[in-house]
Amino acid sequence: MSEIEIKNLTKRFQVKGHTVTALEHINLNIEKGEIFGIIGMSGAGKSTLVRSINYLEKPTEGQVLIDGVDLSDLSTKELRKKRSEIGMIFQGFHLLEQKNVLDNVCFPLRISGVGRKEAKDKARALLKTVNLEEKEKAYPSQLSGGQKQRVAIARALATEPKILLCDEATSALDPQTTESILALLKQINENLGITIVIITHQMSVVTDICQKVAIIDNGNLVEQGSVKEIFAHPTSDAAKELIFGTRPSPLSVREVSGNKTVRVVFGGGSSYEPVIANAILRFQVPINILHADTRNVGGKAVGEMVLGLPEGEKIQEDITAFLRERGLTVTEVDEHVN
Amino acid sequence: MLTEQVIEMLTQGVKDTLYMTLVSAVIGYVLGLPLGILLNVTGKKGLRPNRVIYGIVGTFCNIIRSIPFLILLILLIPVTRAIVGQSYGSTATIVPLVVCAAPYIARVVESSLQDVDAGVIEAAKAMGASNLQIIFRVLLVEARTSLVTGFTITTGLLLGYSAMSGTVGGGGLGDIAVRYGYYRWQTDIMIVTVVLLIVVFQIIQYLGTKVSGRLDHRKR
Repeated sequence: MSEIEIKNLTKRFQVKGHTVTALEHINLNIEKGEIFGIIGMSGAGKSTLVRSINYLEKPTEGQVLIDGVDLSDLSTKELRKKRSEIGMIFQGFHLLEQKNVLDNVCFPLRISGVGRKEAKDKARALLKTVNLEEKEKAYPSQLSGGQKQRVAIARALATEPKILLCDEATSALDPQTTESILALLKQINENLGITIVIITHQMSVVTDICQKVAIIDNGNLVEQGSVKEIFAHPTSDAAKELIFGTRPSPLSVREVSGNKTVRVVFGGGSSYEPVIANAILRFQVPINILHADTRNVGGKAVGEMVLGLPEGEKIQEDITAFLRERGLTVTEVDEHVN
Repeated sequence: MLTEQVIEMLTQGVKDTLYMTLVSAVIGYVLGLPLGILLNVTGKKGLRPNRVIYGIVGTFCNIIRSIPFLILLILLIPVTRAIVGQSYGSTATIVPLVVCAAPYIARVVESSLQDVDAGVIEAAKAMGASNLQIIFRVLLVEARTSLVTGFTITTGLLLGYSAMSGTVGGGGLGDIAVRYGYYRWQTDIMIVTVVLLIVVFQIIQYLGTKVSGRLDHRKR
């Protein structure tokens, strides 16, 4: 039994008399202890999907099961109890502006009936976990974005949830702060064994810390699987757009090269052979490296390159075959340009 | 002009004015605050939208607010007499002041609560908070600066209305201004009462701004 099971979930909204389908027939299983990414362009429906997991949005059709319990079977009171077992953090942090950091972290404990003293002790311990123990008297307006998100994380962890939902939690932060927040989430996942569901439009967030990913496009789940697999072999247009879109647009790459461009991904256990250099020596043609990057995908270094191949269909095919023989994934870049 | 008698009268006038204003503000809030919460909660984007309740309470508030205070003062004479036993004097004036203030306060409170960030409410829901907990621990707490500002504005309004009640024997500074300044042509006494009203108003406004500023932690 998966920890989170989403079965055939459909969500429709009534907007000014007509129906908008935000999500259609979504099926998703998230296992205990996973860091699961849900990625999509804005408006794809991913926020609605994450809100369905704690029933902030009630599905129009389909079910959401947490540890095998169908949320639609719960009474209002039971649902509130369940929600307190699912932490959530947001892009906009959503801290209580009129309460100081300590009281913010105490808040979920106080509303679930924990005494003031006990709540404070626990909150202090959590602030230590997120490295903010010296800020307990500060108010949210005195904190930076990263610090606010740390407070929000401490608050979300206060009730010892088994699941943590992150709704674009790093989208309002700069790259360095994003990195430190992601590291914190990873640490929490490892130390506490909490299942983390991350909603994002940033591919880098997924490749940095997620083990599995689902891609949502226009209300549909178009692709899901291990991050490693999808990063190397994206099949859906949405996945390609998200993966390629993090670089200068392929269109401009193509304009620069004028020839066929391919994207090469070096798998985790990449060989020590200087593949590109050998290809150049073997075929005696220039290969133009238009872009190269190394990314951390699921804890392993994965390289990607965009190569401009010389003119001539035969030579292009030969080079592609040569690269594939050496265990590299080769895809044409321009095929998805839109 | 400022004989001992006049000074005594003016002192009593200030006391009566403060008494009417503050007591009616407090009773007004006892009635208006729950109504305001009800309006916010049952409103379109509230915790529990309910068109019927919102419609009824809202219309009720609008009707009373659309009656000019002076007319309300006269219309309510039988009610005032039934509650207080007489229709003139400071205590009697409190009745129409409260009736006038409560729906006004309800709208002021509704709008203060509407300003609370929807995201914070959503976060509280996600933590498993009940609607009552959200009202008392999120809405009223987060909106407190705006609520105090609303209280200050309402009190200022009531101060003005309490003076207006002087035309029908309401007591306080307004009463003195009407009796001496208008009926007896004693402009000097009228001017003194007006100055006193201004001073009282300034003090209320000053205190209100001070308190709401002190309660606000949103600014650095």
